[in-house]
Amino acid sequence: MSGMRERFYEVARRALDEDERVAVVTAEIGTATLGPHPRHVNVGIREQLLIGVAAGLALEGYRPVAHSYAPFLVERPYEFLKLDLGHNDLGAVLVSTGASYDAARSGRTHQAPEDVAAVATLPGWTIRVPGHPDELERAFRDALAGDGRVYIRMSEEQNHARVDGGGFTVLRRGSPGAPLVVAVGPSLAPALAATAARDVTVAYLGTVRPFPREALCEALGDGTDVVLVEPYLAGTSAAEVSAALRARPHRLLALGVENPELRRYGAGSEHRAAHGLDGAGIARSLAAFLP
Amino acid sequence: MDTLTTLGYEDLPSLLTRLTGDEKHDWSSLSTLDAIWVLYDRILGDGDRFLLSKGHGPAAFYAVLAAKGIVPIAALDGFGSFDSPLGYHPDRALAPGVDFSSGSLGHGLGVAAGVALTGRRVWCLVGDAELEEGSNWEAVQYAGRERLSSLTALVIDNDSSTHGWPEGVERRFMLEGWAALRVDGRDHEQLASALAFDPAGERPRCVVAEVAR
Repeated sequence: MSGMRERFYEVARRALDEDERVAVVTAEIGTATLGPHPRHVNVGIREQLLIGVAAGLALEGYRPVAHSYAPFLVERPYEFLKLDLGHNDLGAVLVSTGASYDAARSGRTHQAPEDVAAVATLPGWTIRVPGHPDELERAFRDALAGDGRVYIRMSEEQNHARVDGGGFTVLRRGSPGAPLVVAVGPSLAPALAATAARDVTVAYLGTVRPFPREALCEALGDGTDVVLVEPYLAGTSAAEVSAALRARPHRLLALGVENPELRRYGAGSEHRAAHGLDGAGIARSLAAFLP
Repeated sequence: MDTLTTLGYEDLPSLLTRLTGDEKHDWSSLSTLDAIWVLYDRILGDGDRFLLSKGHGPAAFYAVLAAKGIVPIAALDGFGSFDSPLGYHPDRALAPGVDFSSGSLGHGLGVAAGVALTGRRVWCLVGDAELEEGSNWEAVQYAGRERLSSLTALVIDNDSSTHGWPEGVERRFMLEGWAALRVDGRDHEQLASALAFDPAGERPRCVVAEVAR
């Protein structure tokens, strides 16, 4: 099965051919794979310019797509997201690769567990975290058809099958009042493994901003316990859950990548396990949190 | 003077006084005043864009927009107040005729490069101190290599850069493939001649407008 990144390049190439509004801006990352096209511009290793050029293209009516590794797409030019796009009220589709620890062997410089939290602090962004290449394609095509600011976070980790719906989807319903486990993007596979023998409701979330507050309340029903499993910085959506449930007593366990730097190389799967985000780790956290 | 109208250069001091309430200031000392006036009076046409990258001190910009009937003169009152569309840094969502919201330095040239990629004619005003921001040079290098000939960088050089630009900042632009020249930033004829778009040009252009601080 090909991954999200390969699918992104395929869809981007087709979009360039089919839609004159689409322009893709890269900064060396993915440039050769995407290939030449009159509306594919490579600005070189200049990530502030990557966002600035995208904003300029948007000012002229194009639908710019900017792509790089998450730390170089979001963190290095963060103020350019805030101002060139946000404050200037210009739309763009930012598609990152690398996620939290896909590039674990490359070390901390190529890891970005903070990216979703960083983008989420900026107003007006839609943030999508697909868990499967089909979901990536759908999210990307939806974004291309719009004119807003969309951040799509790709990862090498992916679920066995796509989830249709795109937003908040209840996949398994527990008994009335059962705890609610919300798995984001590629966290679904280990979350399902960890909850197989538990009486819980399991919901899938592929669009984390805007956060589906009402759907979460509805899925929780009369329950009080919520477990959030996010494949990036732990607690990124905790405030959203608190806001959704502000009028009712509840308990929240927010799982994700822990904030202290894990100063290790190795494989992404090893980092996932080290952060307690594999099936066994999630199961341990559930055992400690749930009655 | 409360309606949209077209005024002249000689009206700018009164507009600036109305903008700030300061009746004693010598407005001719504003570093950007003459360059922005010449741009709007003699250079910019329909569809052209002007990006004020050096967003601080936008009084001259607002005064020129008011003189040209783009900003209502009445809007000059209350400059920077809660209900005013005109703040200390321009906001394109609030101020009529403003193409680019700025204030944080080093953003305009990158956006202008994106605009120029489409072939649109764009003038971007930066300051010599603003060019200390490294992001500018990402745009300067790229625009030069890509020969974005519809882009003109207007550098207001009032010697504000703390560490300076030995041998002139225009040399940095030229090294990166730009056509560059230095003019007297108070001389309207020199400014107009330098800023006029050259349809035969094959490189981005840098016009350094030198003004005394």
